[in-house]
Amino acid sequence: MNQFLIFVKKEWLHIWRDRRTLFILIWMPVVQILLYGFALTNEVKNAKIAIFDQSKDEATTAITNEISASRYFNLIKNVHSYKDIEATFREGKIRLAVVFPLGFRNDLLHTNHAQIQLIADATDPNTANMLTNYATAIINNYQQSITQNEKLPYTIKTQVRMLYNPELKGAYSFVPGVMALVLMLVCAMMTSISIVREKEIGTMEVILVSPLKPFRIIIAKTIPYLLVSMLNIASILLLSVFVLDVPIVGSLGLLIAESILFTVTSLSVGILISNTAKTQQTAQFTSLMSLFLPTLLFSGFLFPIENMPIPLQVISNIVPAKWYYIIIKSIMIKGLGFTAIWKETLILVGMTVILLSISIKNFKIRLS
Amino acid sequence: MQSIVVENIVKTYCVKKTVVEALKEISFTVEKGEIFGIIGPDGAGKTSLFRILTTLLLADSGNASIDGFDVIKDYKQIRNRVGYMPGKFSLYQDLSVQENLEFFATIFNTSIEENYDLVKDIYQQIEPFKTRKAGQLSGGMKQKLALCCALIHKPSVLFLDEPTTGVDAVSRKEFWEMLHRLKLQGITILVSTPYMDEASLCDRVALIQKGEILSINTPKGITKDFKKPLWSVKANEMFRLMNAIKENTEVESCYPFGQYHHVVFISQENVKEKLEEIARKGNFTDFEVQLIEPNIEDCFMALMKE
Amino acid sequence: MQNEKVITAKELTKRFGSFTAVDKISFDVKKGEIFGFLGANGAGKTTAMRMLCGLSLPTSGAATVAGFDVYEQNELIKKNIGYMSQKFSLYEDLTIRENIKLYAGIYGLTDERIKEKTTMLLKDLHMEGEEKTLVRALPLGWKQKLAFSIAIVHDPAIVFLDEPTGGVDPITRREFWTLIYEASAKGITVFVTTHYMDEAEYCNRVSIMVDGRIDALDSPANLMKNHSAKSMDDVFLQLARKAVRKE
Repeated sequence: MNQFLIFVKKEWLHIWRDRRTLFILIWMPVVQILLYGFALTNEVKNAKIAIFDQSKDEATTAITNEISASRYFNLIKNVHSYKDIEATFREGKIRLAVVFPLGFRNDLLHTNHAQIQLIADATDPNTANMLTNYATAIINNYQQSITQNEKLPYTIKTQVRMLYNPELKGAYSFVPGVMALVLMLVCAMMTSISIVREKEIGTMEVILVSPLKPFRIIIAKTIPYLLVSMLNIASILLLSVFVLDVPIVGSLGLLIAESILFTVTSLSVGILISNTAKTQQTAQFTSLMSLFLPTLLFSGFLFPIENMPIPLQVISNIVPAKWYYIIIKSIMIKGLGFTAIWKETLILVGMTVILLSISIKNFKIRLS
Repeated sequence: MQSIVVENIVKTYCVKKTVVEALKEISFTVEKGEIFGIIGPDGAGKTSLFRILTTLLLADSGNASIDGFDVIKDYKQIRNRVGYMPGKFSLYQDLSVQENLEFFATIFNTSIEENYDLVKDIYQQIEPFKTRKAGQLSGGMKQKLALCCALIHKPSVLFLDEPTTGVDAVSRKEFWEMLHRLKLQGITILVSTPYMDEASLCDRVALIQKGEILSINTPKGITKDFKKPLWSVKANEMFRLMNAIKENTEVESCYPFGQYHHVVFISQENVKEKLEEIARKGNFTDFEVQLIEPNIEDCFMALMKE
Repeated sequence: MQNEKVITAKELTKRFGSFTAVDKISFDVKKGEIFGFLGANGAGKTTAMRMLCGLSLPTSGAATVAGFDVYEQNELIKKNIGYMSQKFSLYEDLTIRENIKLYAGIYGLTDERIKEKTTMLLKDLHMEGEEKTLVRALPLGWKQKLAFSIAIVHDPAIVFLDEPTGGVDPITRREFWTLIYEASAKGITVFVTTHYMDEAEYCNRVSIMVDGRIDALDSPANLMKNHSAKSMDDVFLQLARKAVRKE
C-alpha cells in the first residue's frame, strides 16, 4: 500500500510543480464555459428579417411597424410567396421570416383567433430561439394594446417553425458538451503524456524492474488526474449554475456518479494511447486526433447527430462522449432520473470495461 | 558462486525489413562480488544485454540467470533483487533529491533508514543538496543520486548501463571509487562503458563489438594476449609522420594515440631501425621511438581487425 | 604551423547576475592549431564557447574570432566558423547528399561548388555510391565523420567541436582524428571540448578551465611534466579537484 501511496504522491508532485500545465488544466474549463456562456447570452441586434404579408391590413401593418421599429430586427425585404422566403433563407440574407395569413385582421376581429407564422434559420439554434422569442414578445405587446382598448379577448397565436433543427437542440447544450470535452482532454491526454514521459526519461525501466505491479502503476498514475477532473466538474457546474443560470434540474449525485464513470472511460483511453505512443508528442497528437475531434464532432454538442449522414451516425456510437453527453443533458437539463438513462450508462460501463481491460492487459511488463 | 550466467543469448530486431543482430550467441559468467565490465562502442549490443538480464526484454534464444533465477520464468524474484541504472536514466527532474530517493526506496518496499548504511557514503556527498530538484544537479551529482536510487533496496546484483557517459573526469573517478567500495560489501556489479580506459578498473571485462564478444579476461590478461611488439613514435609533425609510416608496406597498423602513434610491424626484425629510417627520410625532428606495453584500446583494435 | 592568430581572447568575462560563469580568460589560438578546451561540468566551457561562436555577448573583456570582433561582428563570425556537436549534427531523415546540400547551401556555396564539394567529400570518406542513403541508416562512426566533414564544407577558419567522439569504437575514433589532423594540415583551426583526457592528448595545446578561469594552458607534454603526472587524466584531476564551486 505504501508503494502505491508514494507513487500517487509522486504523480501529484509532477502535476503540482508543473505550474503552467496545472494553470491550464484548472482554467481551461472555466474559460470555455465562460466563452460559450457569453456567446449564448449575447444579445442579437439588427437581425435581418423578411415579411410575407398576405393580408396587408391595419393590424398586419401595425405589427410590421412594431417589429421593424424594434432594435432587434431590421426588415430588409417584403416577400410575396413561400418560395421566395425559402430562397431568401438559402441565400443567407435573413434569419427570420414573419408570415401573416390572408385575412389576418378579419380573423382577429371576427373569430378572435389569428395566426402569425415565424420561420427561423435554426442552424444556429440559440439565435433562432432568441429571435422567435423577441418577435413573439412584440406580437404579444400589440395584442395587449388592442385588448386594452376593445375589452375583447382577441388572441393572436404565433406559430413557430424551426428550419433545419426542428427540436432546437443546442440550447444549454454547451455545458454538458464542455464537460465531456474537458474530461476527455484532462484524463486521456494528460495520463497518456505522463506515462510516455516516464518511458522517455528512462524511469519506466526502473519502475518495471521494481516489484510494483503494473496494474498498480496504472491506477496510481490515474488517481491525481481523477482528482483534477473532479475539480473541473465542480468548477463547471458551479459556473453554469451561478453565473450562467443553467440549472441542474436532476439529481446532483447521479450527475457526479456518471461523470466519474466517464472520467474512468477517458483514463482508460489515455492508458491505451500511452501503450503505443513512444514520445510525448505522439501521445499528445494521438489524443487530440482520436479524442478531441471526435468528441467535438460526434458528441452532438456542436452538430446535431440526427442531421449527419448515416455512416457518421453509426460512427458516433463508438464515441464515449456521445453517451456521456446524452446522459448529462438528460440529468441536468431535462431532469430525468436513472431509469431514463440506464441504457446509455450501461453502454458507457461496457466501453470502460473493454478499454480498461485491453489497456491493462497490454501494459507491458517488459520493453518492446 | 556464480551471480550471472549468460548462455548463448541471441537477440535480433527488425528495423524496416532488415534484421539487425544485436546479440550473437553471447555467453559469459560473473562471479559473486565481481566487478565485470562490458566494454564496447555504441551499438555493440550493451543495452540489449542489460535489458535482457534485468528481465525487461526477452531474448530470441539462449538462457540467462541471475543468482540462480531464470530471467524469463523467475522474473519477479529477479526484479526484487537487482538494482538497475539504465543508460539514459535521468531521474525525476521535478522532484528533489530526497523525494527521488524516497520514491525509489518505497516502490522497492523499503525505506531510506533501513538501508542507509549501504548508500551512506554516496548519499552524504549529495545530502547538502537534498531539497534541490534533481534537474538542477550537475552531471556528477545526478549520477550519484541515480546510483543511490539503484542501491537503496540493497540489491545483490547491480546493473549499471553506461553510468559514466557524459560525466567529467573527476566525477568519473569518484564514481569508480564508489563501485569499489560497493564491491567490498559483496555486491556483484555488471557495468558497461564505451570508454576503454575504464576497463582497467574492472576485475574482468568482456570486449564487445557488433553483438559479439571479442574477448573475456582480466584487464591484464587481455593486454597480455596482444601478440606482437608495439612501438610508440613521436615527432614534430605527427600527421605527416603517420602518413609516412602507413606508406611502408611492412607496417601492419599505425594508429594515433594522443601525442604518439602506436605502430605494429608485420615482421619483427630491426623494427626500431626501420622507424628511424622513415624519420630520417622524411626529415622529421624531435623523433622518439620506444617499445611499449599495449593498453586495452590497442587490444580492442587488434581484436576488431581479426 | 603559421603564427597567425585566429582566436584571441583578453580577460573575456561573462556574468549571469552575481554569478561569474567565465572569469577573465585570456588565450590565443593559432591558425591550424588543434586546441583542446577542457573543464569539469559547470567550469564554464560551454559559456565560453558560446561567446566565441557569437551566440552570446560577453559581459566584459575582448575577443576576436577569425579576425572579427565578438561584440560587433557576430554575424560575420558565424559565417566563418563551423560547428559540430555529438548531440546535434545531421538530419537523420535526410540523405547524405541532402544533408551536404543543406549545410553548404546555408553557408551560401554556389550550386557548382556544392556539387564539387559533395563528390570530394564522399570520396574522402569512402562513401561513394552512398549519397542516397538516409543518415539514419548509417553507423554512428560514419555519422560523426560525415558530420565533421559537413561542418567544414564551407572551409571555415575555425571549427568548434563539442564532445565529438563519444561512444564510437576505437578504430573509427582514430579515423575521426585523422580527419581532424587533415583539416588542421589544411589550415583549419580546430577547437575541441571533451571530457575524455586521452582525446585531449591529441591536441597541440590544451587549456583547462576550473571555476570559470583558465588554470592551465600548454601542450599536453608540458602539462604532464609541470604537474609531474603520468597522463592528462592526472593533470586534470589535480586541477579540477581544486574547484570550489559545484555546478
